[in-house]
Amino acid sequence: MGLDIRLPIGLMFSLVGLLMAGYGVVTRADADMYKRSLDINVNLWWGLCLLVFGGLMLVAALRGRKSGA
Amino acid sequence: MPHTLALGWIDYVILLAYTAFVIGIGFALSRYMKSSSDFLTSGRSIPTWVTGLAFMSANLGALELVGMAASGAKYGIATAHFYWVGAIPAMVFLAVFMMPFYYGSKARSVPEYLKMRFDERVRALNSVAFAVMTVFASGISMNALAKLLNQLLGWNYHMALWVCSGVVLLYVLKGGLTSAIYTEVLQFFMIVLGFAPVVYLGLQDMGGWDAVTNALHGVAQNPAALNLKEAGTTYGANAWTSAWEPLLGGPTKNPMGVDWFAMVFGLGFVLSFGYWCTNFLVVQRAMAAKNMTAARNTPLVAAVPKMLLPVLVIVPGMIAVALMSVSSKGYRVPPPILEDKAASAAIATLKPAAAMEPAAAFKYVTETVGVEQNGTDKKTGKVKPINADPKKLAAVIASYADKPLLDKPVTDADKELRAKFLSDFNNTVKDYDYDLVILSLVQRYCPFGLLGLALTALLASFMSGMAGNVTAFNTVWTYDLYQAYIAKDRSDAHYMWMGRAITVVGILLSIACAYVAREYKNAMDFIQLVFGFVNAPLFATFLLGMFWSRTTATGAFLGLFGGIGSSAVFHGLTMAEGKGGWLGTTLFTFKSTMAQNFWLASVAFTMCLVLTGGISILTRRTKTNEELKGLVYSLTPKLRDENQPFYLRPAVIGTVLLIGCVILNFLFW
Repeated sequence: MGLDIRLPIGLMFSLVGLLMAGYGVVTRADADMYKRSLDINVNLWWGLCLLVFGGLMLVAALRGRKSGA
Repeated sequence: MPHTLALGWIDYVILLAYTAFVIGIGFALSRYMKSSSDFLTSGRSIPTWVTGLAFMSANLGALELVGMAASGAKYGIATAHFYWVGAIPAMVFLAVFMMPFYYGSKARSVPEYLKMRFDERVRALNSVAFAVMTVFASGISMNALAKLLNQLLGWNYHMALWVCSGVVLLYVLKGGLTSAIYTEVLQFFMIVLGFAPVVYLGLQDMGGWDAVTNALHGVAQNPAALNLKEAGTTYGANAWTSAWEPLLGGPTKNPMGVDWFAMVFGLGFVLSFGYWCTNFLVVQRAMAAKNMTAARNTPLVAAVPKMLLPVLVIVPGMIAVALMSVSSKGYRVPPPILEDKAASAAIATLKPAAAMEPAAAFKYVTETVGVEQNGTDKKTGKVKPINADPKKLAAVIASYADKPLLDKPVTDADKELRAKFLSDFNNTVKDYDYDLVILSLVQRYCPFGLLGLALTALLASFMSGMAGNVTAFNTVWTYDLYQAYIAKDRSDAHYMWMGRAITVVGILLSIACAYVAREYKNAMDFIQLVFGFVNAPLFATFLLGMFWSRTTATGAFLGLFGGIGSSAVFHGLTMAEGKGGWLGTTLFTFKSTMAQNFWLASVAFTMCLVLTGGISILTRRTKTNEELKGLVYSLTPKLRDENQPFYLRPAVIGTVLLIGCVILNFLFW
């Protein structure tokens, strides 16, 4: 079907990853908040992981478009 | 745990972003919806990895997610049998042996295949049962969602139900089955990426997997200490951490209360093959694939993540029990959330109870709240009091008796006090609501941000579960009931219109069922029991139909009825945990309802197999060999895979998957 699903997946996880990582940067001094997550700034780290995943999906979608597959 | 889960703005932003994307996908797909087959069957055009993930994801509904974590806590690693004994072999069988008939026959649905193979009667029986079942399944799950959002986040029940249904309606109406499949793939990644950090943090908190298994060894030897089983129960140290050894020891040696035969034959063969190979909800995903190879490889692609999923869905339950056994962690599996009326009753009893003797106060409070929370026992008319800890309850009564506690709070301070009281009061209850395990871990480990991601994952799985049910329902209705019995030979545009109209109706019916489930819990339990009876023998019909050309339509039809009847009778003659035995005499009492259920399926399957076979021999065939070509194994030319590279041949991939599955079973022996 005409729409490559990798495109929305890539866009969404890049967006959510950016949001989470950005939020992680803003709240990095809030030690109280990150006590829950065992003093790990999960928003920053996991946000970056989501960003990488989203980016890979986008790259795959763009390559797919080029090759016409 | 209850009434305390607050969300930050970032969490709402993540939730909204997801919602915007699924609706956006629906709109982007709407311009491709040109015919009824585009809308209802995706025009058979979707790549394998997408149908594969959707195939698995259609089953990974929220109730599965919540239920597997619950089973992980209750039974430990043995829960993985649902995956490594249940799902994987069935998925391989579907891919290698059954998919050629479904896809090759050009049937648009499973009931339509039954019509081609047998006759209208079998199709009607199957399609009506399936249509009713999907609507109820969707309603039950939506009720659970709305209740959860209401109790945990304080959202309005009706609003939660209607808004979530509205979102699903919007994107299914726009993009049809393709929309549902695409959002299932999105949901799959949401679940994996949303819950993986929670599992990681849980393991870190316990100090690694070895620490979890060590803690569980202790738990297994005295499960009563944590109130997991009744006093005096004891198992081998590996009861929670080994999948096979405790099972081979017999029903008294494992927390599931199941014997190995029921597990392997009842679950592994009858129930799993019945579900994965004949349930149109999942099979529909494979039928949407773009060609025969893609269709056959769909369940195989699905099997890979399915095999690894226990890490994400079962391990959290095991972590929860391990955490509970370390008192310094201050964790417990949450008690059942108080119903609204029970909460009001708890507040009302506070002042009178404070003036009573401790023993009288305990009886008064637990019974008054118990009436609202648990109702009364039907047979004896006795109240079922809540199972509270006397000391803790007395302490809560003492500390709140002189506080200005209002049932209808006005100010924020009132609200906070009420919520705090209810949480403290609830924590005096010794029972566990295992279905809350996964959410309690999310709450424990997720700061704002990650919390939004995890909750969105949960919400996504509820919504895509509903979408899956609705898209299967609208296809069966349009092609197998409407086109077959009500309006034959109309234009495709007419069926397209009907497909859309029935989507709206299906969602409205699901909402209605959600309200029924909310008001009449017992009626719902009964309906699900009946569905169990209907489903148990089904695989026998397919097995004989596909692999024995002598099977006749009358044999299949009557055999199916016989199988359903025998499940009902079996349930009437056996008991487990107080369930069943409605025929008055109890021939056998099982250690658990799970064991009863597995044996019921085994008996129903065998009955259906024998009856269908017997009646088929006695009745005349109505279809010639020529008509059965492409529908029955022995009359269909073998598919030749030789032109495929060997690593793409379903039989090769299937074998590799089965070997992987055996290795996993040995690793956790």
